[in-house]
Amino acid sequence: MKLDPRRYDEMIGRASPPSPVVRDCAWAFCVGGAICTLGEGLRQLFLIWYDKTLAGTLTSIALIFLAALCTLPGWYQKLAAKAGAGTLVPITGFANSVVSPAIEFKAEGWITGVGAKIFGIAGPVIAYGTLASFVWGVLYWLLGKVG
Amino acid sequence: MRRGDTLLFEQPPVVGAWAAAGGKKESEGPLASAFDFLTQDAGFAEQGCENWEQAESLLQRRAVELCLRKADIPRSKVDIAFAGDLQAQCTASNYTMRELGIPFAGVYGACSTMAETLALAAVFAATGMAERVLALTSSHFCAAERQFRTPLEYGAKRTPTAQWTATAAGACLVRAHGIGVPVRSVTFGRVQDYAVHDINNMGAAMMPAAASTLLHYFAASGTSPKDFDAIFTGDLGEVGTALLREQMAQEGLPLDNHKDCGCLLYDTAGQNVQAGGSGAGCSAAVLCCKILPMLAAGQLRRVLFVATGALMSQTTFLQGESIPGIAHCVELGGAQ
Amino acid sequence: MNYVWAFVVGGAICVVGQLLIDYTKLSPARVLTGYVVAGVILSAVGLYKPLVDLAGAGASVPLLGFGHLLAQGVQNAVDSCGLPGAFTGGLTAASGGIAASLIFGVLAAAVGKSRDQN
Repeated sequence: MKLDPRRYDEMIGRASPPSPVVRDCAWAFCVGGAICTLGEGLRQLFLIWYDKTLAGTLTSIALIFLAALCTLPGWYQKLAAKAGAGTLVPITGFANSVVSPAIEFKAEGWITGVGAKIFGIAGPVIAYGTLASFVWGVLYWLLGKVG
Repeated sequence: MRRGDTLLFEQPPVVGAWAAAGGKKESEGPLASAFDFLTQDAGFAEQGCENWEQAESLLQRRAVELCLRKADIPRSKVDIAFAGDLQAQCTASNYTMRELGIPFAGVYGACSTMAETLALAAVFAATGMAERVLALTSSHFCAAERQFRTPLEYGAKRTPTAQWTATAAGACLVRAHGIGVPVRSVTFGRVQDYAVHDINNMGAAMMPAAASTLLHYFAASGTSPKDFDAIFTGDLGEVGTALLREQMAQEGLPLDNHKDCGCLLYDTAGQNVQAGGSGAGCSAAVLCCKILPMLAAGQLRRVLFVATGALMSQTTFLQGESIPGIAHCVELGGAQ
Repeated sequence: MNYVWAFVVGGAICVVGQLLIDYTKLSPARVLTGYVVAGVILSAVGLYKPLVDLAGAGASVPLLGFGHLLAQGVQNAVDSCGLPGAFTGGLTAASGGIAASLIFGVLAAAVGKSRDQN
């Protein structure tokens, strides 16, 4: 066959339609922006009764609750199919990535399915986030000792 | 008779009966009216089915039952069944066969399974090892999605080169003698790997396999594309189709009469399936809904059915291996 | 004005994520992990706090903000209890979000079921 992998790579590049970047970004901007604006609204509401830290935490919890609610009937998935990073990057995307495997793997049991798979997608986020924060914590402690 | 990689049958066996079953998206596609069974509830919740894996098995059973009914034979008259699907360990087929009690050989050829099982069935029938052989396969969008990609409720955007796994099953009854669409020859493909790593571009990963098998077949049989009314490939989608036509033109055998099952099962522009359909059930459904009926009706006389499969697993993909492809070719039709 | 900044900054952070997905073929899981780690780093070098002050939820709701939360938490814990705070601070600050996800996740599994995507 008259084909070598390098030339084939170029052929694939030419034959594959590119992602519609402008449209993708417009969706991501609007939906991501809207979720953050909703978050800001909730934060202002919580600030009436609570301090900044607690209001922030409650905002996250409220958004996570809404995301879980929208994941159940499949709405979050439908929106994400258009919004891409607009629904992925906000904390609601994190919630969706925890809730969806929990629902999906119920068929494999509460312990071996739901419990075991619940962090299947979000696990790396927590693992490497925690590791990074630990490294920063040690550095910060050392800086304190030096300074 | 063997010529190169191609097995030519002097006494061609025939595909005597066939049936296709499909789900909701298939019922909205261009081939909807040709399906023997369609359901809006691909989870079979009303039948008490609790998971997608068993739902796929139920879909497969519908296809087998309808196929045997059309052939007008009881399942006890089937000598052997070749079946496979996309689930790990081919469980959809295993559980179907648990119910049917037919001697069973499970095969895995990913999306090439329909051509693979049909080819094996034809060889068994042609060599006198069996009189009536069942060839069947299926795929289920939900079972495939949760196994290969992400949970169904997980929000993610599909890339334009991705393909949509069909919720469909197809079954063919091959007979050593009798009335039906003759199987003239079969060509088992060789695995081809051109270092494609993109799991969202299966058409590109499988194209070299389709081209390789076609070239082997044309060389062995002394034919060229223009000797056929149509050449059907399985599941290359729009990207793989464009690549195959470019490659075959390079080889000096332009495909002017080529169609791809991945582009036939759905309306690729309007059904939100990105580059087209895929999954073992896709080419199986197109075979049973379009290719075999048109051959039986005389609208097509001689065709090639080349189903392609991508032979990676979730594990090898995560380990960074490239995606090997395979294609098997079945020559159908010709003078009876 | 708060709301405008929240929309613009939040939207812009999402657009960067979309560009990474479209142009680099990075999978969404890698983008998310990268965002959290990047958030920790941006917060550590003092770049993220001003953005949160400006945009509020626009900066704290995207996963970069989750990283910022981890980094702030670890800093506060180290301030109050020394080196052990490097272990406890991050997850303590993020505990509300993580616990909420787990709790609502299991509850959703109890009431919901897997659905076809048609």
